[in-house]
Amino acid sequence: MRAPNPKIRLPLGSPILELRQLGKSFPGVKVLDGVDFELRRGEVHVLLGENGAGKSTLAKILSGACQKDSGEILLDGQPAEIRNPRHAWALGIGMIYQELNLAPNLTVAENIFLGREHTLVPGVISDRQMRTQAREILDGLRVPLDVRARLGTLGIAQQQMVEIAKALSLHARILIMDEPTSALTGQEIRELFATMRGLKERGVAIIYISHRLEELAEIGDRVTVLRDGHSVATRAVGEVEVSELIRLMVNRELQEQYPRRRTARGAELLRVEHLTQNGRLRDISFVLHRGEVLGLAGLLGSGRSRLARALFGAEPIDSGAIFLEGRPCRIDSPGQAIKLGIGFLAEDRRTDGLVLMLSLRENTSLPSLARFCRWGVVGRARERCASEQYRRQLRIRSQGIEQSVNLLSGGNQQKVVLSKWLCAQARLFIFDEPTRGIDVGAKVEIYEWMNQLTAAGSAILMISSDMPEILGMSDRVLTLCRGAITAELDAEEASQEAIMRGALGVGASPASFSAASPSVAGEKVRPDPDAPDRFNRAQHEQVP
Amino acid sequence: MNKSPELTAPSPEGLRSAESSAVSVGRGRIGRILSRYGRQLGTVTGLLLLCGALTALTPYFLTISNLLNVVQQTAINAIIAAGMTFVIITAGIDLSVGSIVAFAGVVLGSALAGGHSAFFSVMAGLVVGLLCGAANGVLIAFGELPPFIVTLGTMSVARGAALVYTHGRPISGFSAGFRFLATGHVWRIPMPVLIMLAVYGVGHFLLSRTKLGRYTYAIGGNEQATRLSGVNVRLYKTLVYGISGLLSGLAAVILTARLDSAQPIAGIMYELDAIAATVIGGTSLMGGEGKMFGTLVGALIMGVLRDGLNLLNVSSYIQQIVIGSVIIIAVFLDITLKKTKT
Ligand SMILES: Nc1ncnc2c1ncn2[C@@H]1O[C@H](COP(=O)(O)OP(=O)(O)OP(=O)(O)O)[C@@H](O)[C@H]1O
Ligand SMILES: [Mg+2]
Repeated sequence: MRAPNPKIRLPLGSPILELRQLGKSFPGVKVLDGVDFELRRGEVHVLLGENGAGKSTLAKILSGACQKDSGEILLDGQPAEIRNPRHAWALGIGMIYQELNLAPNLTVAENIFLGREHTLVPGVISDRQMRTQAREILDGLRVPLDVRARLGTLGIAQQQMVEIAKALSLHARILIMDEPTSALTGQEIRELFATMRGLKERGVAIIYISHRLEELAEIGDRVTVLRDGHSVATRAVGEVEVSELIRLMVNRELQEQYPRRRTARGAELLRVEHLTQNGRLRDISFVLHRGEVLGLAGLLGSGRSRLARALFGAEPIDSGAIFLEGRPCRIDSPGQAIKLGIGFLAEDRRTDGLVLMLSLRENTSLPSLARFCRWGVVGRARERCASEQYRRQLRIRSQGIEQSVNLLSGGNQQKVVLSKWLCAQARLFIFDEPTRGIDVGAKVEIYEWMNQLTAAGSAILMISSDMPEILGMSDRVLTLCRGAITAELDAEEASQEAIMRGALGVGASPASFSAASPSVAGEKVRPDPDAPDRFNRAQHEQVP
Repeated sequence: MNKSPELTAPSPEGLRSAESSAVSVGRGRIGRILSRYGRQLGTVTGLLLLCGALTALTPYFLTISNLLNVVQQTAINAIIAAGMTFVIITAGIDLSVGSIVAFAGVVLGSALAGGHSAFFSVMAGLVVGLLCGAANGVLIAFGELPPFIVTLGTMSVARGAALVYTHGRPISGFSAGFRFLATGHVWRIPMPVLIMLAVYGVGHFLLSRTKLGRYTYAIGGNEQATRLSGVNVRLYKTLVYGISGLLSGLAAVILTARLDSAQPIAGIMYELDAIAATVIGGTSLMGGEGKMFGTLVGALIMGVLRDGLNLLNVSSYIQQIVIGSVIIIAVFLDITLKKTKT
């Protein structure tokens, strides 16, 4: 857990927003059932809750994206109706959605000002002004992005920063942030927090949704826990233990947050030798044994996801060799990789992981459909049975297995992606941010799965931006920097400092990496002469 | 929307039912059935309303012979639209169906005229259709070209090929055995209708029960995620366009048998009717959703509409305007209904 920052507490102002007995149902399910909530001027109010507790639904009601069924919303003490997103803007409410809502074919600047384009004459857009302002906002966030880059070419974390910039450009009085950090690494998170502190000083009230509990102490003032559609408690952050919050959220005790049970290292499963891809992956060699969890750490754009995709046959490689159980293999397509027993949980669940309009069942069986088929006809009973099983075991909150996954909450969608690969019964799992957007309780369950898989002789290559997760769950850690492996650390050697050093690819002094030191954080963003194109590289992490 | 401003404490029942992690409420079942088949029910309602209106407007509509006639007229479009449904579910489009009908038809016709057996000739027609479709598929899947452009191109190529093949002249006069495919009856049901029903039966089975069908939806829903799930997307896309071509070939067989003539200018604007039937039937042009049954009803709506306009003596010029407008209105209704639901 990060050290709490000496906090500048503003005198907490009067409530700017109040919710009374807010209720909301969707066909067949009551999502919010009497939520009371109060937001004060200049505070960061953290909203916690399990996956599917109704956090995003609450946020969407406030941003006008959906309508409440019952209850009251008071803005500045006056009852208010929030009719639609535009109306919410007019009322001074800005929102960063959990799932990115950007247009991939437009540029960064165009996305930031989408719907509110500056016009010279009505209908004629002033590009230059828009770009200048977009750059100002991004500079404020210390994100060196080209405002003319098309969004589709950026990695998911950079897209997230654009989404944040978009919300900031609204100059909202109330800012709602739904899991803004789930795709970000330490660096961007610090910049985001610095920006949030600035906003607080200006009296902006922020509702902050996150499953990363260690962020709480750093940025939160008060915290409200939602469980099963009720607000179960509101506390001041300084006066509450994390363990109590967890208990409030999941309604039971959690023994351990990272319950890694090491298994004896088995035979070699994967060996990679001199893997190279056109300057983006440079001479990568490592081995992975049965029963092992190998953590892969690195900054955004360091090539982590690219390496994962290359191993899965989703990216071409220029040279190098891959051996599975000592046998050399050519992996040209994901189909081949799956036949060889490799599973790949991709980082962006909405573009790479799920077919959103299909059901839980159809998504779960997609990679392993052939197993359920005879003569090309799907054996529906067995398919249903398998899908039911994973829904139960992963405790996916849905209305049965026939519900289409776009109606699930973010964390539950992530669980569906996981169930896909568990169902495919791989022996080598490549997990790219496996617990993105997953609540603390469910994370532990997923870690237990990882224990079971490794105990059964599978191996896991785990990419994660979540430092405690890397430290807590890996048996060995590789660090990647600019497409090359910079360090290999076993569980004892691995520490936050050592990993950060490796990730930066330099022998910087350990002191400069303590989590909450904004002054040093600032220096690191300045383009490092060795890596002038670090952020441009990141653009290539997404497949074209 | 603000229905109950007064404060109500959550009832203990409410608490308990929400506690159980599988949050499903009693009306979930009906809701789910409605959400799954609601769109098809809408199309059926549209068809019934149209039939009701025509019954009121003209005494000639609701007669057995007229209805049989409508279904028979619909068969060709319905068969093409069945293939179109596969294609559109993958988020593609096939503009070449009409030209493939012409090309497959003239190959079939010349084989018959050249003295080959009806069976061989029919097979030749079907294979030509299949190959044209597969060519579309290969260019789209392996060449990574946009379906609109590829099939626009083959639309012209196949039409030209049909004209070259026949020097622009129709081929006529076939055996009664061959003509049975269009004019014959089995159990008093016209052959084209039987063939159409068979196509829809098989199509429904393929879409809802088989790997091919599942992958068709998955590709249309999210091609990238499907590829990353190990599906050979290129192969299945090729297959889907192949199916569309094959069914165009089948339509060519029936058309040739019905007209007793293979014409290189046959099938002009067939793509419009097929796309319209598919879209009216609830298949989204964005891909990922659609049902065989919906397309069948969509094709019937198109058929009834044309028949009704004929019975009402509406000039063929005005018919075009009406039909175009109906397509736009149907899609408009579909999209606005979807928006209000979510
Ligand atoms: N349109 C919808 N139709 C039916 N159910 C829905 C719909 N939208 C959301 N739900 C359900 O409402 C519940 C709450 O969803 P919500 O997205 O608010 O959860 P959340 O607290 O944000 O969870 P997470 O931490 O996973 O993001 C979920 O069980 C979800 O399946
Ligand atoms: Mg959410």
